[in-house]
Amino acid sequence: MSDAPTPPAPPPATPSPPPVAPPPQPAQPAQPLLLRLISPLIVPVLAVITALAIGAVIIWLTGKDPIAAFSGLWAGSFGSPRAIERTIIRSTPFIIAGLAVALGFKAGLFNIGAEGQLYAGSVMAVLVGFSFTGLSPLIHIPLAIAAGALGGALWGGIPGVLKARTGAHEVITTIMLNFIAIRMTDWLIKSRNPTLLGDPLDSSGSRSFFVEESARLPTLFGTNLHAGILMAIGLVFFVQWLLYRTTIGFELRTVGVNPSASRYAGMSVPRNIILAMALSGMLAGLAGTGEVLGVEGALKTEFFSGLGFDAIAVALLARSNPLAIIPAGLLWGGLLTGAQLMQVRAELPIDLIKIVQALIIMFVAADQIVRWMYRIPKDTGGGQSVFSSGWGGK
Amino acid sequence: MPSSNGAHRPIVLEARGITKRFPGVIANNNVSLRLHKGENLALLGENGAGKSTLMNILYGLYQQDEGEILVSGQPVRVDTPHEAIALGIGMVHQHFQLVPVMTVTENIMLGAEVLRGPFLDRRRAEQQIREISRQHGLDVEPHALVADLPVGAQQRVEIIKALYRNADILILDEPTAVLTPQEADDLFKVMRSLTDQGTSIIFITHKLREVLTYADRIVVLRAGKVVGETTPAEASEASLAAMMVGRDVILQVDKQPPHPREVVLKISDLRVYDDRQILAVDGVDLEVRAGETLGVAGVQGNGQTELVAAIAGLRPLATGSIEVLGQQIGGNPPRTITELGVAHVPEDRQRDGIVKVYPLTDNSVLETYYQPPFAQWIVRQEQAVTRYAEQLVRDFDVRTPSVHVNASALSGGNQQKLIIAREFTRPIKLLIAAQPTRGVDVGSIEFIHKQIVRKRDEGCAVLLVSAELDEILALSDRIAVMYHGKIIAVLEAGTATREQIGLLMAGGQHPPLSDSAAATIPAAPFEPLPAPIEQGVSTHE
Ligand SMILES: Nc1ncnc2c1ncn2[C@@H]1O[C@H](COP(=O)(O)OP(=O)(O)O)[C@@H](O)[C@H]1O
Ligand SMILES: [Mg+2]
Repeated sequence: MSDAPTPPAPPPATPSPPPVAPPPQPAQPAQPLLLRLISPLIVPVLAVITALAIGAVIIWLTGKDPIAAFSGLWAGSFGSPRAIERTIIRSTPFIIAGLAVALGFKAGLFNIGAEGQLYAGSVMAVLVGFSFTGLSPLIHIPLAIAAGALGGALWGGIPGVLKARTGAHEVITTIMLNFIAIRMTDWLIKSRNPTLLGDPLDSSGSRSFFVEESARLPTLFGTNLHAGILMAIGLVFFVQWLLYRTTIGFELRTVGVNPSASRYAGMSVPRNIILAMALSGMLAGLAGTGEVLGVEGALKTEFFSGLGFDAIAVALLARSNPLAIIPAGLLWGGLLTGAQLMQVRAELPIDLIKIVQALIIMFVAADQIVRWMYRIPKDTGGGQSVFSSGWGGK
Repeated sequence: MPSSNGAHRPIVLEARGITKRFPGVIANNNVSLRLHKGENLALLGENGAGKSTLMNILYGLYQQDEGEILVSGQPVRVDTPHEAIALGIGMVHQHFQLVPVMTVTENIMLGAEVLRGPFLDRRRAEQQIREISRQHGLDVEPHALVADLPVGAQQRVEIIKALYRNADILILDEPTAVLTPQEADDLFKVMRSLTDQGTSIIFITHKLREVLTYADRIVVLRAGKVVGETTPAEASEASLAAMMVGRDVILQVDKQPPHPREVVLKISDLRVYDDRQILAVDGVDLEVRAGETLGVAGVQGNGQTELVAAIAGLRPLATGSIEVLGQQIGGNPPRTITELGVAHVPEDRQRDGIVKVYPLTDNSVLETYYQPPFAQWIVRQEQAVTRYAEQLVRDFDVRTPSVHVNASALSGGNQQKLIIAREFTRPIKLLIAAQPTRGVDVGSIEFIHKQIVRKRDEGCAVLLVSAELDEILALSDRIAVMYHGKIIAVLEAGTATREQIGLLMAGGQHPPLSDSAAATIPAAPFEPLPAPIEQGVSTHE
């Protein structure tokens, strides 16, 4: 039917697998695998080293001993099995909440609301945790976790809906929702007439009822570790799979990097914004749930005190790469657990460790500084930017 | 018109033996180039030939792996654009580098601020801008916000920006790709004024006619190497095309008469608003049949963009209806329309057509990623996607080291070929091709044109929208002329003339209706003109 001079045979409508698979081609022939795996790590690692070095200078300037300080930091964080155990427990919520923020970044959204979503999830988890009695842990734990996930998803979904429907920027709305969630948790716990979540037996009036034993996360292998870390690792691999192996993740990422092309390709931008925010909120809710069911057994006012904001730092440190969230979260938790011994050994204020953390984030976020300091050439291969394109965009 | 000056004038810029490698490609292979004072040098070559790479090296954005750069005979290091500017080298990129929310003056001052005390001295900068603007006929309003300026004016801002930094060597990377023919003519006048006053220019283009009319000298790159140097006096369009591609290029499209069948696309009384809520499509009726190509001709900005967006489901209809094979699609989401067998080659490929940070594999299934065999349930099937991408790359001659590199590493023409491959390889009944060869080299144009004709011959209905009259004439079976949101005439392609369509595009009355208009048609003033098949009445003069 075609009389035009047609060089290639009209390709079939849907590709049938060719009989012989073509030889696999390396992704970047000129770049060896090892270098490709290592190169994204260079900047964050140098940022950490530089921040620690500057921290040492500051310690020295205050007349204290940097070597004592850092040996304390090491001993207190990774120096002994006990220390490692504490670090892992401390890092668990940073990993899950960091993952929440990273997922948002991948979809082009800057979820500053992890803090509020932590509370929203925890409130739900605690409620389910103490309200039901006599359940088997096999039912009670999943139920409480599901409640926490739902609470976070709802709290994260609200700014998603607002953005999708009205264009309200998620940075503004999530900050507002943080205030609401924190204050609402306060009220739920402190209210005595009627008594809602607050445990009348607690003299300070700032703690909720303890959850039933059947809702507590089990500890692992006779250690103090609780099952939250398993949940964190599972979630990391789940998010990695979701983002890179499923059509859902493909849509989320496409909407994140090029909303206009995703519209052209038939994806619904509003639906994906809502989904991304709800998923991000769900993860943050689970982070809070893990703390409540695994560590404290109850929720307190001001319980998370900025964990949701540290989560942003962890996501940035990991450059929003789900797998990199694990080391980033461990580093963050390690710095905090080690700080106590560092404080004791070198007689330092705990604020110093906060300064080092802030320096790390500064160097990671402003990676140009690190690149300039160590003369690292720019990425030429179109690396994805860490930050959300939505901020400052349209 | 082109003066054969140059050769005896001093050399201001020279590249010697430049080699630049990227992963999997040698973008420049031992390239040498000389630019004389006051010369207008055209750099020609297929997409991916390495033109932008060479210019980026001269401007300090990339560093060469081998070779040296000389400015006025002195070897120099150009490691950053800053150093290039200090050496008097300015560059206007393919994609502009302006800050949309700032004014013209602020954009031009950015990075070269004049201060009075601790404050910006806007007044002085503005004076200088007006001075440059007057001297070279670069018409811009210093107070205007860049976001509000049309593309042509933004480009003038970029040129002033370079001149403001005292550039006497100016590099223009595909400056006319984004311009209307009228704007392009204005640009070449500016370039002439600049070279007359001693500025030396290197410009890149794919439009052979521009090269032959305006260049002093022509250098042709192919696959990273210089393959020839010539002058407009010695060259012809055919010889340049052959030099670029390395074989004879058939500039004429070879196509058989159409065999139109049933109506595939039927548009009635369509009205569409643009982003500013101005009526951009104003009562359009159109029909496209299976097996025919309807070309929509028109100067850019006459509603073609909104017409295409409405058909593709990307813009709501104000009134009217759009039917594909008898089914209403007006107002449906893009996904539904795609699944009905509508393919869309978008006008703005960088924005809509590809995701630059995705590999070719993901870009190959941008609309079909969720269908088997590319996905089972929600799980993507990487192997099937890779195989499919490899097939597209092979069948449509997309030049790439591998299907796993990001689309951003491909040249514009190869990105476009990938989009064409993706859209044409689906089972489609209607093809909407908007500016399918914009900014694409002659070899690729030839290929894309052949593919469009092939789709028509396979029985697809083709709606072609193009600002290039040659393209409309070469491919269409019927030609609709769009002006101020209306279709003011539909002509049989066999009998329509270039001049006739050109006049209609400019808003001229349809020739038979006006003696004065007919008299201005030089080509066929007294021949009976083909009767219009449909004709709207233009309310505009
Ligand atoms: N930053 C880059 N990374 C990898 N490859 C590149 C990069 N820039 C250009 N290339 C490759 O170099 C070749 C020349 O590209 P380019 O100079 O843009 O061509 P032109 O401007 O002539 O169309 C192409 O094969 C392109 O894919
Ligand atoms: Mg180029």
